Amino acid sequence: MSKIKAENVNVYYGSKQALFDVSIDIAEKEVTALIGPSGCGKSTFLRCLNRMNDVIEICRVEGSIKMDNLELNSRKLDVVRLRENVGMVFQKPNPFPKTIYENVAYGPTIHGIAQSKEEMDQIVETSLKKAALWNEVKDRLDEIGTGLSGGQQQRLCIARAISVSPEVILMDEPCSALDPIATAQIEELIDDLKKEVTIVIVTHSMSQAARVSQKTGFFHLGKLIEFGPTDKIFKNPDNQQTQDYITGRFG
Amino acid sequence: MNSFKKNLLKKRYNAERRFQWYGKIAIGLALTFLAVFMFQIFSKGYSAFQKTWIVTEVHYDKELLLIDAESPSKDDLENADYYDVAYKAMTSLDPGLPEEEDRQLIQMVSYKYETEVKDLLLKNPDYLGKIVPIKLTASDDVDQVHKGNYPRDIPEKNRRVNDYQLQIYDMLNERGDILSEFNISFFTSPDSREAELAGIASSFMGTVFSILVCLAFSFPIAVLAAIYLEEFAPKNKFTDFIEVNINNLAAVPSIVFGLLGLGVLLAVFNLPRSTPLVGGITLSLMTLPTIIIAARASLKAVPPSIREAALAMGASNMQTTMHHTVPLSMPGTLSGTIIGLAQALGETAPLILIGMVAFVNTIPGTPVDPAASLPVQIYIWSESAERGFVEKVSACIMVLLAFLILMNLAAQIVRHKFEKKWS
Repeated sequence: MSKIKAENVNVYYGSKQALFDVSIDIAEKEVTALIGPSGCGKSTFLRCLNRMNDVIEICRVEGSIKMDNLELNSRKLDVVRLRENVGMVFQKPNPFPKTIYENVAYGPTIHGIAQSKEEMDQIVETSLKKAALWNEVKDRLDEIGTGLSGGQQQRLCIARAISVSPEVILMDEPCSALDPIATAQIEELIDDLKKEVTIVIVTHSMSQAARVSQKTGFFHLGKLIEFGPTDKIFKNPDNQQTQDYITGRFG
Repeated sequence: MNSFKKNLLKKRYNAERRFQWYGKIAIGLALTFLAVFMFQIFSKGYSAFQKTWIVTEVHYDKELLLIDAESPSKDDLENADYYDVAYKAMTSLDPGLPEEEDRQLIQMVSYKYETEVKDLLLKNPDYLGKIVPIKLTASDDVDQVHKGNYPRDIPEKNRRVNDYQLQIYDMLNERGDILSEFNISFFTSPDSREAELAGIASSFMGTVFSILVCLAFSFPIAVLAAIYLEEFAPKNKFTDFIEVNINNLAAVPSIVFGLLGLGVLLAVFNLPRSTPLVGGITLSLMTLPTIIIAARASLKAVPPSIREAALAMGASNMQTTMHHTVPLSMPGTLSGTIIGLAQALGETAPLILIGMVAFVNTIPGTPVDPAASLPVQIYIWSESAERGFVEKVSACIMVLLAFLILMNLAAQIVRHKFEKKWS
C-alpha cells in the first residue's frame, strides 16, 4: 500500500534545478532505499518529505507530494505536525548536548505526548529499547548524549526520532560516519523498525541498500532513473545507467 | 643532493628562523612596555595604600569642652565644643610656640582633626576628663614628607612644609609618634579636596552602579537583536544594511555617545544629571554593538546540525532557538558581554559629558544619586596640583586595573567552563 506518493517533483536552488520530474510511490511499512552518485539529488528529495528544505531560503519545491492523501508541498501545511509524523536521522549523529534522557524526551515534551513523569519514563525506555540502546545506557541516562560513541550516538538519534511514534522515518546516510559493527547494528535496527514504520533511507553503500531495502530508487543528475523492487534493481535492472552504477562502472 | 637544492633548503630554514625571531622580538617589546607601565604605576601608587598619622595627647577637659553636667549624656558630648581641646592637643606639641604662629602646627594635620578628636570621645565616653593619646590624620604635605616623596632640599619659600614644620616632624618621628598604617579610608571615603582624606568609595560605587545599569539596558536589547538578526530575520539588503551599521556603531568614538547622552537623556528626558543611571545608559549605547556582535558570532558557532535535529523533531523556529541555539550560545555571549562591560568600565569621555565629572563627596546609595566613576576620578585627581594626589591617581589606576583583570578573568572562566565542545 502506498504511504507517500510523489508526482512530478521539481526542486530548484535559486536558478539551479536539482530535481527533475521525480515521481515515486513509497510503500507503507517497507524500507525504500535511494541510491546514486554524490550530488544526484537523493538527499534533496528525502528532505522534501519532511519539508526540511524550508530551512534553505533559496530552495523552491514544485509538484505534488502526498502522504495519506495529505498534500505535503502546500503553504497551508503545518510543518510541526508533519515532522511529528515524519522523523529524520541525519548523516552525522547529532544528539543534543544534553542528557541521554533529555534527548529522547525532547520530542514527547514539545508535542505534549506524555501526561506524567511515569509516562515519560516509559516512552524513553521503550524508545531506547527499540533503538537497541537501552541495555548500554540504562544506568547512565543522566549522562551527556554527546559523550557516547559514534554508533551509540546514532542509535540515540534513532531513539529520539521514534520517541514520538512517527509513521515515517527518513534516514540520510545514517551509517556513513560509523564503523562496520555499528553499521550492522543500525541495519538490524532498520529491519526491526520496518514492522511498524515506513522507512526511506538514502545510502551510498549499494550493499547496504541491497541488505536492508525492499524497494530501491536510483537517482542520477537529479532524475529518478529507475525505481523498483530491490532484487530486480540489483539483479536485472531495466536501465543501462543503473546497471553501470550497480556494477561500479561509474559513480 | 645537489648544491642548489641544499642552498634552497638552507634559505628556507633561515627564513623560518628569522621569522621566529621577529615574533619573539615583538612579544619582548610588548612585554617590556607592559612592565615599564606597571612598574611606573606600582612604584608611584603603592604608597597611597599607607596612611600617615600624627600621635599626640588630648586632654578631654570638661571646662574647655563647655560641659556642665556631672554625668553628661551622649547628647551633651555630641554638642560639646571641641575647638579648644583639639587646638590644645596640637599646640601642646610645642608649648614654646607663640600664639600667632600656631597655624604652623595646625596645618600639619588634616582640617578634620577636630572631628577626629570628637569621634574618639564619642566612642569612649569614659575618656572625659582624662589625658589620652590620639591619632590624627597627618596633612598630605606631612604624609608626603613621611613617605619620602617630598624633596626637603629645595629653598624654604618654595616648599609647602616649612623648616619649622620639618623640625617638628623630625622630633615626632624620632619619638615614634608618626605612624604609618594601611589606608582603610582610601576605600571607605568619598572624594575630598584634601588629598589625605580623599578616597574612592564614591567613584567605586558610581562605577558599580553604572556597570549594572549598563548591563541591565544593553544585555537584553543586544541579545534580542542578535537572536532576531541571526535566527529569524530574512537575509536581504535591509538586514545587510543593519548589520553594517551595527559594526559601524562599534567603531564610533565614545565621546559621540556622551553627546547623545547629554542631548537626549539629559536635555529631552530630563534624567538626573551626574548620576550612574544616565552614565550607565550612555555606556550601554557603546556596549550594545559589542554584545550584538559577540552574540551573533556565538549563535553562528552553534552547529547547524543541532538546529536541524530540533527542527526535524518538529520544534518550531522559536523552540529550536530558545531550547537549543540560545543556551548553547550563552557562554560566548556572556564572555562577550563581560568584555564589552570591561570596555565601558574604562570609559571616561562620555561620562564627563553627562556630568559625572562633578565633585562628589557623598557615597551614592542608588543609581540616581550623583556619583563619579573610577576613570573619571583618575582624571579629576590628575588635574589636582597637590603632591598627595599623584600617588592617589596611581592607586586609583591600580584599583581600576584590578577590576578589569577580574572581569576579564570572569569572561575566560565563563567561556572555558560552560562552552560545549563539539567533537
